[in-house]
Amino acid sequence: MSKVKNNIKLSVFEVRIKEDRCKGCQMCLFYCPGKCLELSSKLNKKGVKFAQYKEKNNCIGCGFCYFICPEGCIEIYQK
Amino acid sequence: MKVKFSRPKSLNDIETHYCAGCGHGILNILVAKVVDELGIREKTIGVAPVGCAVLAYKYWNFDVSEAAHGRALAVATGIKRCHPDKVVFTYQGDGDLASIGMAETVHAANRGENITCVFVNNACYGMTGGQMAPTTIVGQKTITTPLGREPESGEGWPIRMAELLSGLKGVCFSVRAAVFNPQKVMQTYQYIKKAFINQIEGRGFSLVEVLSPCPAAWRKTPLESMKWIKEEMVKSFPLGVIKSG
Amino acid sequence: MQKINKRKLMSGNEAIAEAGIIAGCKFYAGYPITPQNELIAYMAQNMKKRGGIFIQAESEIAAVNMVLGAAAAGVRAMTSSSSPGISLKQEGISYLAGCELPALIVNVMRAGPGLGDISSSQSDYFQATRGGGHGDYFTPVLAPWSVEEAVNLVMLGFDIADYYRNPVMILADAIIGQMMEPVGSFNKRQFRKKIEPKDWALTGAKGRPPNSIKSLFLQEGVLEQHNKKLKKKWDKIRKNEQRFFIFDTEDADYLVVAYGSQARISLEAVNILRKQGIKAGLFRPISLWPFPIKGLKKIAENVKKVLVVEQSLGQMVEDVRLCLPEKQIYFLGRAGGGVPSSGEIVKYINRKLL
Repeated sequence: MSKVKNNIKLSVFEVRIKEDRCKGCQMCLFYCPGKCLELSSKLNKKGVKFAQYKEKNNCIGCGFCYFICPEGCIEIYQK
Repeated sequence: MKVKFSRPKSLNDIETHYCAGCGHGILNILVAKVVDELGIREKTIGVAPVGCAVLAYKYWNFDVSEAAHGRALAVATGIKRCHPDKVVFTYQGDGDLASIGMAETVHAANRGENITCVFVNNACYGMTGGQMAPTTIVGQKTITTPLGREPESGEGWPIRMAELLSGLKGVCFSVRAAVFNPQKVMQTYQYIKKAFINQIEGRGFSLVEVLSPCPAAWRKTPLESMKWIKEEMVKSFPLGVIKSG
Repeated sequence: MQKINKRKLMSGNEAIAEAGIIAGCKFYAGYPITPQNELIAYMAQNMKKRGGIFIQAESEIAAVNMVLGAAAAGVRAMTSSSSPGISLKQEGISYLAGCELPALIVNVMRAGPGLGDISSSQSDYFQATRGGGHGDYFTPVLAPWSVEEAVNLVMLGFDIADYYRNPVMILADAIIGQMMEPVGSFNKRQFRKKIEPKDWALTGAKGRPPNSIKSLFLQEGVLEQHNKKLKKKWDKIRKNEQRFFIFDTEDADYLVVAYGSQARISLEAVNILRKQGIKAGLFRPISLWPFPIKGLKKIAENVKKVLVVEQSLGQMVEDVRLCLPEKQIYFLGRAGGGVPSSGEIVKYINRKLL
């Protein structure tokens, strides 16, 4: 489910996270089978380190992060 | 770009008041997803009684009534009997459903009210800071059981509502689910959907008990909470379909 | 509004139930308690037949909350009970008031406190007229003195409830509930104001934004705003919904104030006193909340002394004292199921007031 472009593996999926809604529970990070998400280094409006989508990743669009997010602030798009 | 997973339409686009890692957030979304998928947003009426979910009317984009502590199924009975063509569900916690509202719960179930009941079991009174609930497991420390729940010293055993209600004729579907990982969340979604379909088909009372994390009251991180459900809570509350038919 | 064509002998309880059905009540939930059992039985026999919903609830608390659900669904709903059951219903009544939902609650009073006795009493006056449950609220209270009036007040009660979006209580006593009287063409609509359609009700959010029924307001200042809004409504009710009945008051020196069945007994006492040449009159509040202050002040202007008679140890008398601070107020009451007789009232006036 990924295509190779300029020697970088790019997923056909894109995970969009509303960073200001994120409460930093980190469940999406933990349950992502491809470990495509990471914690930000900066803080959001709430003052928490929010989940963000890694630039390089192997997202398979499974939706685990979407289902486990209690805030409903994750959406997944297919290119 | 095509949307694969998006926020349900039956959910308002606002921030929730729930704590980080709260199971209510997950379940509010699941209910909204089910309502979306069944295309019943315009005829769904929810009842959210006292507990952390009492503010759910803000989040759901359909008609919602609050109810007094424990009275959700009485209020839902009134609504459903007046509007039998609408889809009426309650969204209750354990203190509400299994303690103060035990009479309302058992009798609504026993009358076979054609209502869907989503029961969020987090083994404590979350909104008031984490006191012992009827579903608190043996040994679990809460504000009011500082040494851990001790049945021998008169604090009772955890009540298994899904099993208890399954013995009633009016109940057509009784199941216990959990949301401790994404797979279980998806399974819970299927159960809730089934419980709504049962109502649409006029089968009677459906209960979906969901073991749900309350990291704030459990004094655990969200991930520790999920682990605790998986490793400890399910021992007292076995998962699975208890009654269907 | 249809009417009962034939004059019929009915108990107060049955007549209240019939009036509810005629008034368009489509939902009734109740729980057995003496002395209102005929009411729930009548509803059980008639509601379903006539297109309504009847539920025997598992408790008074459940019954009033079912009524709350039905009211939230936009349906005319009522419940009934007697004193100990009404105590349980107070939770729901407070929520009804907080959520601004119209409903009718019938209290066929019996003696208390506690389990008390099943005989007639008027000892729930405070509970009925001062809100009764928790929080800042009032419930309009209507007290009938005959079976026929009970019927009219049920219809009026539903209209007041719908117009103001507030629960209304019918405060009858066991005598009114149990007494049988002929009732007939009571189709008079006493309420003239236009009742708006219930566009706030929960009917499914089809073609409109979602409705919510709630009484929880957590943000700072929001509840206070809500309370102020409710107060405005209650001020309006205070102004518009005072009701009373007077008899022989034009030249009265001695005014008897009583409500419900006790007013009926007091009327007989007034008649006896008149025959004795004593200028007595009767003032009967029909609305206990709002208390008919304007009427009582005016009627009592020229009377010498006032006697309040109640089937309690003195509850309404406090409102009369507040209303008439200049007057000498006497009180005659019996509790625990005791009913002051006309003879006792006549004797009391002769001994103490003259």
